[in-house]
Amino acid sequence: MAHFEKASSITEWLDQRLAITTVKKVMALEYWIPKNINFLWAMGMVLAFTFALLTISGIFLLMYYQPNVDTAFDSVNYTIMSEVGFGWLWRHIHGVAASVVFLVIYIHMFTGIYYGSYKKGREMIWLSGMLLFVVFSAEAFSGYMLPWGQMSYWAGMVITNLFEGFSPDIAGGIMNAPGLVEWIRGDYVPGQAFLSRFFMLHVLLLPLVIMGLIGLHFAALRIPHVNNQDGEEFDYQEAAKLYKEGKTKESKVIPFQPVFLSKDVFVLGVYLIFFFYLVFYHFNFAMDPVNFDPADGLKTPAHIYPEWYFLWSYEILRPFPKDPGLIAFGFAQVAFFLLPFLDKSDTVAPANRRGLFKYWFWIMIVDMIVLTVMGKLPPTGIWNHIGLVAAVVFIALFVALPWVTKNENRA
Amino acid sequence: MSNRRDFMGIALGGFTALAGGIPALYAMKRSWDPLPSVKAAGFTEVDLTTIPENELMTEKWRGKPIFILKKSADMPQDPRDVIAGGARYHVSIGLCTHLGCIPAYFPGEKKFKCACHGGEFDASGKNTFGPPPKPLVIPPFKVDGNKIVLGEAGPEYLEMQKSGIA
Ligand code: HEM
Ligand code: FES
Repeated sequence: MAHFEKASSITEWLDQRLAITTVKKVMALEYWIPKNINFLWAMGMVLAFTFALLTISGIFLLMYYQPNVDTAFDSVNYTIMSEVGFGWLWRHIHGVAASVVFLVIYIHMFTGIYYGSYKKGREMIWLSGMLLFVVFSAEAFSGYMLPWGQMSYWAGMVITNLFEGFSPDIAGGIMNAPGLVEWIRGDYVPGQAFLSRFFMLHVLLLPLVIMGLIGLHFAALRIPHVNNQDGEEFDYQEAAKLYKEGKTKESKVIPFQPVFLSKDVFVLGVYLIFFFYLVFYHFNFAMDPVNFDPADGLKTPAHIYPEWYFLWSYEILRPFPKDPGLIAFGFAQVAFFLLPFLDKSDTVAPANRRGLFKYWFWIMIVDMIVLTVMGKLPPTGIWNHIGLVAAVVFIALFVALPWVTKNENRA
Repeated sequence: MSNRRDFMGIALGGFTALAGGIPALYAMKRSWDPLPSVKAAGFTEVDLTTIPENELMTEKWRGKPIFILKKSADMPQDPRDVIAGGARYHVSIGLCTHLGCIPAYFPGEKKFKCACHGGEFDASGKNTFGPPPKPLVIPPFKVDGNKIVLGEAGPEYLEMQKSGIA
């Protein structure tokens, strides 16, 4: 056994057993962050904090929610909303956070794309980030099932039916031979089995996966370090040495704690003012009125549309015939994973300084906004055509990316 | 030496994967299967005598809506029609063959329209517009005088199946 001296303080006692001083140094006091970054680099922390808010509010909702097709709707809309003290607060925090988290994810993602933070050693940051996006999407979808309202039921119906494309038994297990869709649902239609298993996914399995992925995402940042506003590569050891020698002005870095953290916390504070303004005064945008009708398997709502953050990919599904639509939709879900491999340029710099890529970036942003707007409009007439064009442009942008970026290397 | 250790590692790892992993995956897959009680959902009998013409009736079978539309004399006949008690009916599972919304019936236009993505079907359930890739699906049925039984495959249904309609 290792030899332990008698400790003279709690810190020393912990230090002997857990090496907390070293941990603190590695994780915070000497975790170097470049100076040349802006508030967009605080979005990662904003996301981590929002995930914490989702977890805490979720735990309180979990105390009264009942995952049963007969009682789920009332347990949310009656018990939690009007009987449980401050139950409405947890629900509004949870609903608003689930929506806002996607806004911040999109900002965070496009910051990464704009500054080229997904390549030249940062591929694992990007890939783990995209995995987070996919699992967050699954988390949002499974959570949406739980109140068992009309939108829960019909979104569940439509989205699970997507998997029919992969299953030969198109008729939906009519001959007592369930296909993939029935397997996912555990029934011919979304029912008790479906609600219970999505409840399990939402409150246990997917949050566990998210926590693991956040760990991986943070670990992936450690070696390449975060990017900066100019994509500049510099010697971190040298910069850190300068800082430790007291030449903080000359050094290109600051330590995570306390210097960077104080800036992060400032941005977080501004965000939280906005966030709680929404929670208290504007929560309705996160609560679809159609979902205040209990689920009814014999009545489809007049329009079925997903929450705003899924509209762009939904619109890529919609204007095509069934199978091409599914392929396009599948492509849209994974396309951003390919970014580090489709971008053939060695330059890490803001998009605006990268020749053709500048246009690629801004067309992509506009296209995704157009897709989002079209996804909300009824699928008729002119809207259908605009949606189709926008969907084709989305796919074409990815196909064109290697050529768009190839020439940058020559300059 | 290291080769031998590698071999032991691979052998043990492989054995664990085969002996533990595959059965575990199988057990997990089976746990997600629909329960026998769900699969054994019963038959539904529908009495057709009182149904008015060109007005959609919706029944429920295995949790899914079933469309029954009695055709009037001026509506085109179709091999997909179910004939019972001398009258013609369109009978189908009322879920859009695109992604499963319930289309609505418009008696004036004699059409089904799906609000989800704009799909349309005629009064015989054939897809005429939009993303639905095929006609509304005909459930297994058996004609019994003025009634039909859903879930049981009668001779008319088997005939349709043979000709590829159902
Ligand atoms: C949803 C949970 C997520 C959390 C909690 C999270 C957290 C973080 C944090 C704390 C940072 C460092 C600070 C910063 O640069 O903002 C970071 C960086 C980064 N994240 Fe995420 N992130 C998440 C999702 C994503 C997604 C969906 C993507 C995109 C696919 C992504 C891509 C990146 C990239 C490329 C960086 C590096 C930025 C740079 O080097 O400048 N992250 N993330
Ligand atoms: S579900 Fe009917 S058109 Fe898509």
